[in-house]
Amino acid sequence: MVKKRKSNKKDLGKIKGFSIQFLPYSEIKNLDSHQRIRKILNIVLGNYILILQGRLTSDEESRLIGDTMAMIGHIKNFKGIELAVISSNGKKSSMIDKMKNNIVNKLSGGDLGAITIIGPATIVKEIKRNPKKIELLLNK
Amino acid sequence: MAIKIFKNFFKRIINNIFKGKKDVKLGFYGPPNSGKTSLANRICKDFTGEEIGSVSKVPHETRSVQFKEKVEIEYKGKKMVFKMIDTPGIATKIDFEEFLKFKVNKNEAKKRAKEATQGIIESIQWLDDMDVVVIVLDSSKNPYNQVNITIIGNLVARKIPVLIVANKIDLKRANIKKVEAAFPEYEVVGISAKKGKNLEEFYESIFKLSKKIKK
Repeated sequence: MVKKRKSNKKDLGKIKGFSIQFLPYSEIKNLDSHQRIRKILNIVLGNYILILQGRLTSDEESRLIGDTMAMIGHIKNFKGIELAVISSNGKKSSMIDKMKNNIVNKLSGGDLGAITIIGPATIVKEIKRNPKKIELLLNK
Repeated sequence: MAIKIFKNFFKRIINNIFKGKKDVKLGFYGPPNSGKTSLANRICKDFTGEEIGSVSKVPHETRSVQFKEKVEIEYKGKKMVFKMIDTPGIATKIDFEEFLKFKVNKNEAKKRAKEATQGIIESIQWLDDMDVVVIVLDSSKNPYNQVNITIIGNLVARKIPVLIVANKIDLKRANIKKVEAAFPEYEVVGISAKKGKNLEEFYESIFKLSKKIKK
């Protein structure tokens, strides 16, 4: 059970522009899942749109969604996040390509060819994707 | 010692017999308002005469996991018993103000939002317990949604067989090709749960997929 807590972050939803923070994968590489998610949510709660080099594991992504849900209603004005991962992995690829990717990912410690975009829902209304482009629609 | 070995051997045989007859846990996952409950209702109604839950145009109508035990599906002379598990739609954001657009009063909207967040957490927790999962997507909407990819990624990591259903093919804006293009590595079946369209193909895929359940 998450207890109600006062946020000492900037008030969400009261911005005139938006800020982007880039997080290289090296900064989360050696963190465990819990620490990674906490670091990401701290940035998002600071009203930043986070551009993360690489991507979380699917288990971490679902934990991120779960933790986000647990925070809604407990942090003032927090309505959740918008999340998108740009990666080549969704495409149908041959076994050899998959093996190559797996080896490269193992050596580098993660899928560094991917980019993850996470923003607070109060700022990012929607991240529209199709195979060729990605659009960030912002709230007025 | 010999009695103990014989006892264990006998126990294993009995367990295997009953394990083989265990109901297949069939989960319905997907974003809110994609028609998960409509599809689960259609199946339950056809084979048990009862529905599993209520449906509504208001998003997050299903806010807790719903079950229907012992649903025996018969298809082309074959029978399988399923435990149907209908889950709340997974989203990354919940805004109570969204519910106000559907003429829900403010207090009710806040209550709904709170229950919806808890429902999403519950849905995610249930991922571990599924045998087969049907991802229900609205074929009239953009399938390139990170939540869909995250759910599928989780299921693949757990080696749980996945079927993607492109629902609402009766709508003019429906585009199954787009869903297929978004998930080229998975079987996509286009259906209309509301109108009962193409359910034969859906049942065939479910029977095929159930054979892939990890032991």
